[in-house]
Amino acid sequence: MTYVGIIITYTFISNLVLSQFLGLCPFIGVSKNSESAVGMGLAVTFVMSLASLISWALEYFILVPLDIEFLRTVTFILVIATLVQLVEMAVRKYSPPLYQALGIYLPLITTNCGVLGIALISVNRNFDAAESFLAGFSAGLGFLMALLFMSGIRERLDTEKVPKYLRGAPITFISGGLMALAFMAFDTALLTNLLRSS
Amino acid sequence: MKGLFKGLLNENPIFVLALGLCPALAVSITVSNAIGMSAATLVVLMGSNLLISLFRKQIPYDIHIPAYIVIIATLVTAVDIILQAYSPALSKSLGIFIPLIVVNCIILGRAEAFASKNTLSASFLDALSMGFGFTVGLVTIAFIRELLGSGTITLIPNGNFIRIPPLADNPVLVFSLPAGALIVMGFLQGFFRWLGVVRKR
Repeated sequence: MTYVGIIITYTFISNLVLSQFLGLCPFIGVSKNSESAVGMGLAVTFVMSLASLISWALEYFILVPLDIEFLRTVTFILVIATLVQLVEMAVRKYSPPLYQALGIYLPLITTNCGVLGIALISVNRNFDAAESFLAGFSAGLGFLMALLFMSGIRERLDTEKVPKYLRGAPITFISGGLMALAFMAFDTALLTNLLRSS
Repeated sequence: MKGLFKGLLNENPIFVLALGLCPALAVSITVSNAIGMSAATLVVLMGSNLLISLFRKQIPYDIHIPAYIVIIATLVTAVDIILQAYSPALSKSLGIFIPLIVVNCIILGRAEAFASKNTLSASFLDALSMGFGFTVGLVTIAFIRELLGSGTITLIPNGNFIRIPPLADNPVLVFSLPAGALIVMGFLQGFFRWLGVVRKR
């Protein structure tokens, strides 16, 4: 797969949130306003890019040579947990307001299944180092985009009359579903056409 | 007994606590997938709640999250290997969502909120209750999606399924797509809220 193909695939076609169901908790939890959505999206993009790259290195320099691939899940999640801890420390130091806004969701990037998910997907697809990094980065970008769109919708929804029992999370899911319908326009046929014409 | 049933309605992990959403939506295309996923999650949840409750006094507070994650990841690896050996078809159709049980927030959530503070038997009961609640939620979503989306009900992953004629001829395809999953989830959450209000009256 070409690099452009990977970027388009993981940002649009296999968008983490809207077509793979990864990272739904922050998608619902942090999409209340666009500022925290961007902050969260950037933090996740950063963690995902690094996590995919480091997982690739661990897979091919440690797990495969030692023939202990069954420890993959344990190894990857530990790396991700450490990375998240580092990002949390950095954000707390350099941007206290963002730290306040992200609140509990920052340590929860560890349990954002998107991060572990994209690392595992990269390994399953036998991506090389650059491709893994790119897959992580574009998946993060796709997540940021979905989160930003969602926060825009929710800011509008605040002023609308939503049925009582659907307020908050339920209406967010329903709007997300409609957004996923729109994203179905991005499919593999689009990608092949795009690559052929360029 | 009250503790056992809290997970079914009042504290249903999927619809009320909103934990473990990703696997709930991703594997709920067929009922058999949902049952397989619930069973795997239940086993991991019981194991992790038991182990964490057992060692809650030994695990130092500063590193409790990494310690929990290692315990959970080990259990998940075991479940993954067992599934690959005994039910390759199910293991294949659940795909990366088996290793992703590690980051299912329901497991770490219960470890942190319950097992780390309670006795062995209470934690076991909590795992059982939450696991059942998760199963009920997952199977409900899968039932609706499979019924409307493909007009079938698959109970065991061997290719046999119950066919519902009028729906199977004209399935509402959107329900088997990601979009349908999100919409079903939204309405079910709303329904459970309404149910909660009715019960309180």
